Amino acid sequence: MPFALSPERERKLQEILERYPTKMAATLPLLHLCQEQAGFVGDDVVEYVAHRLDLSPAHVKGVVTFYTLYNQEPVGKHQVWVCRTLPCALRGAYQVIEHCEKRLGIHCGETTPDGKVTLRTAECLASCGTAPMMQVDRDYHENLTREGVDQILNRLLES
Amino acid sequence: MIKRTDYLTRTYGKPEGWSLRAYEANEANEANEGGLGGYQVARRVLTGMTREQVVDEAKKANIRGRGGAGFPMGVKWSFMPKTVGAKPHYLVVNADEGEPGTHKDRTLMELNPHACVEGCIIACYGIGAHIAYIYVRDELHLSKARLEAAILEARAKGYLGDTPFGKDWPIEVHVHSGAGAYICGEETSMLNSIEGRRGEPRMKPPFPANAGVFGCPTTVNNLETIAAVPTAFGMGAEAFSKLSILHGIGDGGVRLYGVNGHVKKGVVVELAVGPTLNELIYDIGGGVQGDRGVLCVIPGGSSTPVLRPEETVNAPDERLPLHPWHGKSVFDVPLGVDTMRGVGTMLGTCCVTVIAQGTDPVWCMQNLMQFYRHESCGQCTPCREGSAWLERTTSKVLDGKASIGELHDLHDIANGIMGNTICAFGEGTAMPALAFIQKFRAEFEQYVRGERKRADATLTVEPWS
Repeated sequence: MPFALSPERERKLQEILERYPTKMAATLPLLHLCQEQAGFVGDDVVEYVAHRLDLSPAHVKGVVTFYTLYNQEPVGKHQVWVCRTLPCALRGAYQVIEHCEKRLGIHCGETTPDGKVTLRTAECLASCGTAPMMQVDRDYHENLTREGVDQILNRLLES
Repeated sequence: MIKRTDYLTRTYGKPEGWSLRAYEANEANEANEGGLGGYQVARRVLTGMTREQVVDEAKKANIRGRGGAGFPMGVKWSFMPKTVGAKPHYLVVNADEGEPGTHKDRTLMELNPHACVEGCIIACYGIGAHIAYIYVRDELHLSKARLEAAILEARAKGYLGDTPFGKDWPIEVHVHSGAGAYICGEETSMLNSIEGRRGEPRMKPPFPANAGVFGCPTTVNNLETIAAVPTAFGMGAEAFSKLSILHGIGDGGVRLYGVNGHVKKGVVVELAVGPTLNELIYDIGGGVQGDRGVLCVIPGGSSTPVLRPEETVNAPDERLPLHPWHGKSVFDVPLGVDTMRGVGTMLGTCCVTVIAQGTDPVWCMQNLMQFYRHESCGQCTPCREGSAWLERTTSKVLDGKASIGELHDLHDIANGIMGNTICAFGEGTAMPALAFIQKFRAEFEQYVRGERKRADATLTVEPWS
């Protein structure tokens, strides 16, 4: 079945379109809406966005490949991003990453076999004063301890 | 001398400090003497001042852009066309905070979003705009939610909309979400991103004040710059500017300073412009972890060249602005846009990353080069290839596989990027690289000679537990 927005997201799209003088400006927000619904931005979504905004699929694909946060492949149910950049690294980010890899049994960039968690490293997430930190789906977890990370990962694996 | 203030941070830590009720309460305290309750300033400006008066007042506040470049805000506003022609004017607020070591804007959005909205109202009026887009990086979901809630509250009160405060000057503020590209914090790239394109920087000229977002006159200001506007206008721009220790050299007011890295307490605080690095590390950050000495400091985000405590100010000529600090450590110079430029680095975003003795500087550089390699947009060859080459070569040094010749290569690659790219990302990569190579030459050479090994290197002071 071809991709289509849910009625609720369709209403959001109408609100978004009113904010800008051009349709093209809705590209990023619409891609976010689609990814929320589909989990990743596949070619069907690219075609859909292009069609809705009167753009070429090539333009939309160009946008998707430029930005880190659009998943071009299916990902796990939960997204774990561990910040690896210097201020976090100075406070143990590499150890956090190693610990997560060991606990989940996967490397960064991979998804657990049960499809629950995708683990990735992130570049600076603006939480340097409360390092080390990780983002889990929409939430920030700061001043991470080993125990705290274990609790977070256990919750995700049990979900 | 350090001077704590509490204007922008007065809602921090208050119950629901992000709500309109908290923002409008005029809870005067010692550190925000003269601070006004929320939205009174915007009301006064819209109902009592002309556009020209707003821009003049903005110039007097001496607010240097808080995003890193330090351009005077009022001067930027004055670049906008004096009358609004066929093309509407826009305000774009840069909240794409992503510079490693920078963590100040997020606190504003989460804990004092109404200051951002009120700042947008005054700025829109001053530059002749009806619409403001606040560009927030997508990862900051809480920030976006707080801003959006603040916008709704302000709209319900009639502070935004067709006739804000009864004035026939419609103003709307929208939150625009990025999608995880650091480069979108560059102003022209941000404009492309709002338009729905790849976030690749544009050639300048034309400057945004002539042809910005959607081809229309646009002012791009950092979020903290905009959030400081209500405070400045509330107490009077001159009084605001004079709060700063560096008021005399056109760097006025108060701003948010952050401390992170190997300090005991990572925090964001509001201070009068002009504390020294030593004051930030010891008075604000509580000193270095493990009571170690400082190896070096990145003064304002990873793109600003590192400073070592052994460096001294060289300004023997009495006419030089830095002369009062001649012969002193750079750690005792007040942190301002021009003072930091004077000591060969940049103030940047005012968030200081402290690196303790015992840390491996080569690894630090490799970590940062990995960041730049990942975030280069790829448009300009010197930056796309250069950032990756710098990272590869530094990794090779770390692995003990590099030759002395490759240390020279690092210089050549960095110099080959400088000045050869469309935007300042190139310099932002090359400048810190050059600073690390030059200031830690001995450590780089130790790796080449096999006297230093990656296995013994560390980045942390206290083991993570």
